[in-house]
Amino acid sequence: MEKLFNQLSETLLNNLNTGEHLKITIGGENSQFVRFSRSKVRQSGLVDDASLSIVLIKDERTCSGSFTLTGNISTDEATAMEELNRLRTEVGTLPKDPFVVMPEDTGSSREEHNGSLLNEEEAVSALSPAMQGVDLAGIWASGRIFTGNANSAGQKHWFATDTFSLDYSLITPDERMVKGTFAGSHWDQSEYENNMAKSIAKLRMMEKPGKKIKPGAYRTYIAPAGVADIVGMFSWGGVGEASIQQGDSSLCKMRQNGIKMSPCFTLSEDFTSGIVPRFNSNGELAPEKLDLILAGSLKNTLVSTRTAKEYGVQSNFAGEGESLRSPVLSPGDLNEDEVVQKIDTGIYLSNLHYLNWSDRPGGRITGMTRYACFWVENGEVVAPIENMRFDDSIYNFFGDNLEAVTDKAHLHPAVETYDGREMGGVSCPGILLKSFELTL
Amino acid sequence: MSRLNLNDALSAIDVQADWVGLREVKESTTYRIIRDGNPQANSRGVDHGVMVEVLADGQFGYYGCNNLDHDSIQNAAEKALRQAKASAKNPLFEFTTEARPVTKGSFQSPFQQSVNELSAGRLNEIMLKAYNQLKVNDQIVSAHAMAMIIETESNFVSSNGSDIQQNFLMIQSDYSAMAHKDDIYQRRTDNHCLQIGMEEFDEDLVLARAQRVGEQALELLDAEDCPTETTNLVLASDQMMLQIHESVGHALEVDRILGDERNYAGWSFVREADFGKLQYGSKIMNITFDPTVANQFACYGYDDGGLKAERDFIIKDGLLVKGLGGKESQLRSGVPGVANFRASSWNRAPIDRMANLNLEPGESTFDEIIAAVDHGVYMETNRSWSIDDYRNKFQFGCEYGKLIENGKLTKTIKNPNYRAISNPFWNSLKMLGNQDTFEVYGTPYCGKGEPNQAIRVGHASPVCLFENVEVFGGV
Ligand SMILES: [Zn+2]
Repeated sequence: MEKLFNQLSETLLNNLNTGEHLKITIGGENSQFVRFSRSKVRQSGLVDDASLSIVLIKDERTCSGSFTLTGNISTDEATAMEELNRLRTEVGTLPKDPFVVMPEDTGSSREEHNGSLLNEEEAVSALSPAMQGVDLAGIWASGRIFTGNANSAGQKHWFATDTFSLDYSLITPDERMVKGTFAGSHWDQSEYENNMAKSIAKLRMMEKPGKKIKPGAYRTYIAPAGVADIVGMFSWGGVGEASIQQGDSSLCKMRQNGIKMSPCFTLSEDFTSGIVPRFNSNGELAPEKLDLILAGSLKNTLVSTRTAKEYGVQSNFAGEGESLRSPVLSPGDLNEDEVVQKIDTGIYLSNLHYLNWSDRPGGRITGMTRYACFWVENGEVVAPIENMRFDDSIYNFFGDNLEAVTDKAHLHPAVETYDGREMGGVSCPGILLKSFELTL
Repeated sequence: MSRLNLNDALSAIDVQADWVGLREVKESTTYRIIRDGNPQANSRGVDHGVMVEVLADGQFGYYGCNNLDHDSIQNAAEKALRQAKASAKNPLFEFTTEARPVTKGSFQSPFQQSVNELSAGRLNEIMLKAYNQLKVNDQIVSAHAMAMIIETESNFVSSNGSDIQQNFLMIQSDYSAMAHKDDIYQRRTDNHCLQIGMEEFDEDLVLARAQRVGEQALELLDAEDCPTETTNLVLASDQMMLQIHESVGHALEVDRILGDERNYAGWSFVREADFGKLQYGSKIMNITFDPTVANQFACYGYDDGGLKAERDFIIKDGLLVKGLGGKESQLRSGVPGVANFRASSWNRAPIDRMANLNLEPGESTFDEIIAAVDHGVYMETNRSWSIDDYRNKFQFGCEYGKLIENGKLTKTIKNPNYRAISNPFWNSLKMLGNQDTFEVYGTPYCGKGEPNQAIRVGHASPVCLFENVEVFGGV
């Protein structure tokens, strides 16, 4: 694919006329997907998908087009030239775009992370035995993901990685559930079996009789997987500069009124793990590490070059949507092994589900608890609780109500596959809250 | 549609399988967006590929393939066959060709003006005028006008003789204004998702919608917050769309009920034994699966398993009678279903989805409904949605509300929210609007499935009155 990308880029760039500027992006995957239910195979298959996207700029006007690649060079070259010609016809008829981002050469890069993955015909046999005797629902995804970028200023980037993930739920006969994810790039059968055995042991804890709790405010611990979901909300009406400028961010209060969160709360965009590419669709390289909220104060936002031009601020080469690509929430000093003791009496939440802003300017989020959630009394886990709805503000639970942050960050690999398999994930610790609002 | 003759490609496949199917999809999605007076996007994406499906040893294996030449399709069929055989070592269910009925036919979206009748430049001009209408004054700090045009060709052929061609033209139009004063931010929007032609962008129509959005955004700046109380709730059609979607549609997808989604979207409070027995809502609640409503977003002739789509009652007089389950789910569960086995594109295997799922209108005029309420709240247009994995406990927020006092709409209110539990909520449905209040909406982004699939759905509903609902305002 890299070779095809290079050839197509060369053809397109060689055919540019004077005054035309071009940005080219490729993205795609070769994937296996096996879906399990009741620890048996529900659906299984393979997907080869790749597309090329081109942005034409001429006389301060711009338009873009993308198309599926076939892998056949002559077919793809013909389609690429057809698309370029279509854009040429269109671009002159459009209004000028005062904030168009011209291609630049700020350096090229090439990264390839070769893994050792399960053979696609052996996946079912390798995965199935460890999940027998328990009810598992989930998805196996495995294969190569790639992305690349080139432009008419001469810059070029390529990033490819081999990854796998089994994202699953284990379910007891009376419908209590435990969540697990086993992900990586080098398959190790015994590590997989250990991961599954640990999850099955956790499921056994769910077999205790349940306890019903009433809506109200509770002392609460949210484990890293749940915190990862909350961090995800900062990508949607959160840390993006454009969303703040357009009045659509939950952080407008921090910018305009200098409101602060807890000194225990530090969020950054951090590419040091190297599991996601640092270049965006313009081919610009983001800084290796950028503090966003440092000890409760808003230090930086994610700023794309387009936003920088529009609002007269400095770009930090964020992606077009200014969402987090490699978020890291800093660990604190609460010993992870002492969490249950420190809760004393309250609730332990492993996972959250279906989060949404219920009042975005107010920073209020609603959502559900899900999977292994427990009532804790006198420092001991007493009983699983039924799923509850919460509705509370980030300015409370990341503010005055944030008592402590655990001392260990865990990586929660991205497993979403809407526009192809996602790369990277959220790195975060757990949080202990003095109070958390359950409403239904 | 393409360089590929699908029937020739099918006959050229040589594998030892019980059944082979090819589903080719070519979809072009165009965005034209003006934000804050400048073009934000003029993009077109074309997605094109073929799903090769093979049945062997009771299992379907698939290969979604972006190369459409005969050699590639042959290779895909061989690999799909090996996927099926590997699955047969630990299968959930043994399928036969009964899961892929033999059907021939075609479908075409209705439209008056074709895509070519409205140029890119002209559509930018109309969106710019819409923006100018949205920006009533400087208190509108950001606004956008968006046009999305989707053209889809989907062809399906199979070794047992199915041959289906479907052509869709789908439009989303979206107008949005953010108003700001002191610490108050209020967004107002107007969104349509329809199978329709370029007549959707008739200038007068566009400008009227944009003007209302801009004015109501400003109106919200001076509005009081929604009160916190348990009261009568009247929901407009554009909020009922979300209410039906989350608390009826997803709960009735048979693959969810069977447990396929327990690791992602979730399970359901509805079980197989509830069909024919569960009083889902009050007697006036009638829900139809209806792929035939003119211009609705998810009209089609056939689902992606080849089953012919027809109008059918899912809930009749409040009683649950049918599930949203395609042929595979019908075979697995024995629950009667509909033609809703759908894939988001060529690169995904079909699963049970909503399509057009509608609440049938009743008898009351809008004024009669309001007049019947001595105290309550009226809400329009969803802005926040969240529901649990069993589809029980939901909390929804709207953009715009009005108090109802002594049978009349009075003050405008901001940040209206409500929460309830699905089954008791639907049983508290007290009045239904008539055909005049029945409006058609939809969304392109219903997410479900592993691997994930975003699919287009349509929901139409009259205005509804619910009793004893918990409502509340902002922070
Ligand atoms: Zn949905």
